[in-house]
Amino acid sequence: MSTTEPTARIPASLRTEALEQLLTERGLVDPAVMDKFIANYETNVGPLNGAKVVAKAWTDPEYKKRLLDDGTAAIKELGFAGPQGEHIVVVENTPTTHNVTVCTLCSCYPWPVLGLPPSWYKDPAYRARVVKEPRKVLSEMGLDLADDVEIIVRDSSSEVRWLVLPERPAGTENLSEEELVPLITRDALVGVAKVQAP
Amino acid sequence: MTAPLAIDGPAAPPRSNGELVFAEPWESRAFGMAVSLHDAGAFEWSQFQAALIARIAAWEKGHAEGECWNYYQHWLGALEDVLAADGTVFADEVTARAGELAARPAGYDHRDDEEHGHGHGHGH
Repeated sequence: MSTTEPTARIPASLRTEALEQLLTERGLVDPAVMDKFIANYETNVGPLNGAKVVAKAWTDPEYKKRLLDDGTAAIKELGFAGPQGEHIVVVENTPTTHNVTVCTLCSCYPWPVLGLPPSWYKDPAYRARVVKEPRKVLSEMGLDLADDVEIIVRDSSSEVRWLVLPERPAGTENLSEEELVPLITRDALVGVAKVQAP
Repeated sequence: MTAPLAIDGPAAPPRSNGELVFAEPWESRAFGMAVSLHDAGAFEWSQFQAALIARIAAWEKGHAEGECWNYYQHWLGALEDVLAADGTVFADEVTARAGELAARPAGYDHRDDEEHGHGHGHGH
């Protein structure tokens, strides 16, 4: 048996089940606890949290200042915390600067505000290319930025998780914080899209 | 595992713009295992992250022709690496148990292979 490719011969579904059995028998995991974690990330923790953070920042200048100063603390004010949220840094997009986030080595992502990452974020192509040719990748994803807009690619390190504070779109001046929330998409919070006015 | 919930609208689950978080149930189990083990103090997240980075890097360096990218395959591999490194569960044990499951898919409560303690060494 190969010691470097233990997952290659057996379907991952069976290996996973086998591992869960072994760990359960040894009292190391409780399937019911696992169920809770899974359900939480499938239904509760997701980009809606990040959208609430951004809508508050757009409508409350003091909160925005706190958010840019210490993302983790300001996000925790709204009750969002947990694994992968220990050191969230929020970066602001402006008419002249556009931030886009990536994790080149694996898939680091601010779970408390965005949930688990979408498949394209984990894909080798996105991870490799957005660093080398961000303007082209963003364009392919439907975001065409003018040549004079500076693009900053934010690569997660072992500690930092990035969250983009997108620009508030023109024409939303009269909307309330609650009305702004549904406009804010996950893609805008990662930096591969802009928020559109309704 | 994933209930049929509304995808659009403010009441939709905030998963990810309509995309399901897990493509297959086993992915959610692999995820749940790592998160709950870490939550119980079995390992530091940085250990798991390093193992995941190593697994992904190894795949990107070279993989069998036609072998598709599957993120949670690497996630599972990383989890196995971390558990084997400290002697919690060895790859051979997982392989043996998976073989039993393959032969007897209904034998979920069956356990007649308790041997372990060998075959580690696929470290980082």
